[in-house]
Formats: sequence, C-alpha cells, structure tokens
Amino acid sequence: MIQVEHMNKTFKVTRRSAGFSNAVKALFHKETDTVHALSDISFSIGDGEMVGYIGPNGAGKSSTIKILSGILTPDNGTCLINGRIPWKDRREHVKDIGVVFGQRTQLWWDVPVIDSFELLRDIYEIPRHQYLTTLEELTDLLALEEIIKTPARQLSLGQRMRCEIAASLLHTPKILFLDEPTIGLDAVSKLAVRDFIRKLNRIHKTTVLLTTHDMQDIDALADRVLLIGKGRLLLDGTLSDLKSRCEPPCATLDEIVASLYREFQI
Amino acid sequence: MKKYWSFFRIRFIRGLQYRTAALSGMVTQFVWGSMEILLFRAFYQAAPENFPMTFEALSTYVWLQQAFLALYMVWFWESELFNSVATGDVAYELCRPVRLYDMWFVRGLAVRLSKAVLRCMPILVFSWFLPAPYGLTLPGDVKIWAITILSMTLGLLLIVAFNMIVYMSVFYTVSPQGIKLFVTSLAEFLSGSVIPLPFLPNHVRAIVELLPFASAQNVPFRIFAGDITGPDLTISILKQTFWLFAFVLIGRFLEKRALKRVVIQGG
Repeated sequence: MIQVEHMNKTFKVTRRSAGFSNAVKALFHKETDTVHALSDISFSIGDGEMVGYIGPNGAGKSSTIKILSGILTPDNGTCLINGRIPWKDRREHVKDIGVVFGQRTQLWWDVPVIDSFELLRDIYEIPRHQYLTTLEELTDLLALEEIIKTPARQLSLGQRMRCEIAASLLHTPKILFLDEPTIGLDAVSKLAVRDFIRKLNRIHKTTVLLTTHDMQDIDALADRVLLIGKGRLLLDGTLSDLKSRCEPPCATLDEIVASLYREFQI
Repeated sequence: MKKYWSFFRIRFIRGLQYRTAALSGMVTQFVWGSMEILLFRAFYQAAPENFPMTFEALSTYVWLQQAFLALYMVWFWESELFNSVATGDVAYELCRPVRLYDMWFVRGLAVRLSKAVLRCMPILVFSWFLPAPYGLTLPGDVKIWAITILSMTLGLLLIVAFNMIVYMSVFYTVSPQGIKLFVTSLAEFLSGSVIPLPFLPNHVRAIVELLPFASAQNVPFRIFAGDITGPDLTISILKQTFWLFAFVLIGRFLEKRALKRVVIQGG
C-alpha cells in the first residue's frame, strides 16, 4: 500500500546567460531559481495494482520515484509505504521494494552478471534456497540462461535491461518501481519486458509503478494512469478515462497524451 | 557481516584481474626505490653525521614503501565513485539495505589490498636479497613484527577513512577536481611518501608529526626499520588510533548530512 499526501519537493537550479562576462559575473553572484519538481502531490496505490505514471520530461516522475524509494527527502507532505516512511526508515524500506532506473546500471561492469546477482543475494541477505528458486524463475521468464555468465559490458542493451530487471527482483520485493524500463529497447526486448512484468504481477501480485514515454507500455501494462505535469498531478484514472478526454476522438494513445499535454499546457 | 565480505570479495577479485598493470607497477616501484636509495646514498656520503636515520633503516623504509605503495598512496582514487555521485548513478546504491559509508569503505579496503597483494611479494623478496645496507633489513624481535602489522592495519584504515571524507565531499561540490589536486599533493608530502619525515627540519617535523597524515605509512615502516622504539612507539600507535576515529567520525557525519539533502543528478 502506497499512500502519498500533499507532497512537495523543490530544487535550486543555478542559471546564467551565455558568454564570458556572464560567467565572470556568476563567480560573484549566482542566480538560483527554485524549481517546483512536485507540488501538492497526493495519490494512493493499492496492493497488486499496476499504475502507469506519465508526463513530459521534467514533470517530476523520476523525483517521485526517488522519493518513494527513500533516496530523496521531500520538503514536506507525508508518504507511507507498507507503514513506513521511505526516507526515514530507508534501510528497512528498501528490502520491500525493487527499483529499476532504465538509464542507469546496477550491474558490475566487468564481471559476469551472475557475480553481481550473488553480491545482491548477500546484500539483501536472501536465504539460499529462496535465492535459487527466484533465480531459476527469473532466468526462465526473462530467458537469461545464456547471458548471466557474460560480463555486463559485453551485453546488448536489451540483454542488459533484462538482467537489470532480474537484479531488482532477486529479493522478491512486494513493490516494483520502474523508471523508463523500455528506454532504447528494440521491439522484441520491449515485448519481452512487458510480458514479463505482466506475468510477475499476475503470479506474485507485485505492485508496479511504472514511468514511461512509450504509450504502448501503458496500454500493455497499466490498469490505471497518473498524469503529472509541472509537478502537479493532473489526472488519475483508467486508460479509458484518458481516451474519453480527447475531443475529437484521437487515433493513437500518443495523440491522446499529446492533446492532454496541450490541454493542460505542460 | 556477510554482505560486507561479499562486497569485499567482488572488488578484490576484480582488482586481481589487471595483471599487466601489476607487473608494470612492480617494475616502476623497483626502479623508483633503487633511485631513491642511490640519491640518499649521495647525501649520506657527503655528511653521514647529519643523517637522521641509519642507512639500513632508510633502505628498509624505502623498500616497504614501494612494496606497499598501493595501501598508502593518497593519490589513488576510484573515479567510479566520483562519477556515480556526479552522474547520479549512486541512486542504485542508495536503494540497498546497507549504509553507503560502510559499503564504500569496504570497497576502498578491497581495491587497495588487491593491488598490494599482487605487487608486494616480489619487491620484498628481491630487496631482501640486496646487499646491506641497501636492502631490506628484517627485525629479529617477533614483537616488532606484530606491532608493525597492527600499525600497518591502522594506517591503511586511516587512509581509506580519509578517502571516504573526500568521496563524501563530492556530494557537496559535485566536481572532485579541486579537492583531489589540493589534498593529493599536500597529503603525499605530509605522510612522508616524498621524503621520510625524519629528514624534515626539526621544528617543521614536530608539527607534521602531530598531523593525521604522519599516522599512515610513516609509523609502521619506521617501527619495522627500528627507527621508532620505546615510549615513542606507544605514542605513535595511540596517535594512529586517534586520527582513525576522527576521520571515520568526520566521514560518517558528512555522509549523514549529505544524504539528508542529497540531490540525485540527472533525470
């Protein structure tokens, strides 16, 4: 159970105009702007739900994921995940969640993937038999058999992403956060990843919160969609709610979302 | 405990992979050590009465320093750690049920030990065969061996704890360039890796020996060479312990504060 209420997060961003004289000026006086990454965000997600979190770049999606993972501390507001405040109780909290950052890697670059997995096994203190069962299941579902003996640096992006997802699930978390898991993947890998996430949710009732720019991800995975723009939560509903907002009826999901972005001026 | 051991192991094994680097490192250190000893020999012949150590002690100091360079070199940094903070990849490490400080501390130990293990033996053996007073002189007393190992451990922990302070500082400054440059040159000199500390003028030396960097390689190597004895020995070990605790406390404080206000760079 994820409950977020009235959460705010601001960042300071330094700005200066181009050119030498402005650079010199900035030495003495830095101009900072406050960016409202999140303003007054509230939502709750029940166990076993699959929720798509969409919005344009810079809308605050990643910031939300980072707060829910306990990495960032919001300025104010409350957030309870399975009864814990993520950033206060970080080390206990992260045992319950798995996170995949599509643009980063958690695998050790120059050792076989299986070594990274075994390190994670020890870090999360996963009992041996449980680790073996989970590993077998993940290997099977994600077709990892061949690739886990290869060093991460020699894997293709699609292979690596499958390994990243497996790595985030070794400790069988109840909640999975996916931050752009299909970014840069080819059609086959995308389908494989989607298929896997659906199965995971069906078999283990894992709660999934997924950010993406790929509307097909949403179509394939999310029962419910949260739309965020400029740090505000603009829409919380089902996919059909989303589709019905578009006048005249739009052909593709991408067009619907683009028209929503226009409508909300984000 | 197992997680730290596991973390240590993966970094240690990875460090052992680079055999060519180890071989060329060894050659460099051997040549460097020989040149240093020849240089000091010239000083010694000019004015032996002004020499602050015995020549045997100096040679032993130099060879130990070359053999265990990887343990005590302050200028060695893991750019991966700096990058992970600068690019935000540290996000993954913050989603682990482990304290970042502990994880990176173990990692620092592992990388230094893996480098040293590959390089130390050939240099030690080779220098042991060199004729006196140019080679390694072994102390006869078993107690000295034990105290040296204790003091080497404290020194290594101290250097890693110092590295941690610098790694943590990147959460505040983003770029490591400035602090790296400043700290590296200063700490190298103050730790006695450019010239052994006994060669500094007396009043300078009195101050330098109070500073934390004098508690790294300076202490164990001089104990082993028989240059620190008696009450000085106890005081030196106490100083090492004190600075180790101080550095660990500072590092952990910086970590705690940084993580409270951390900004993960990039989207």
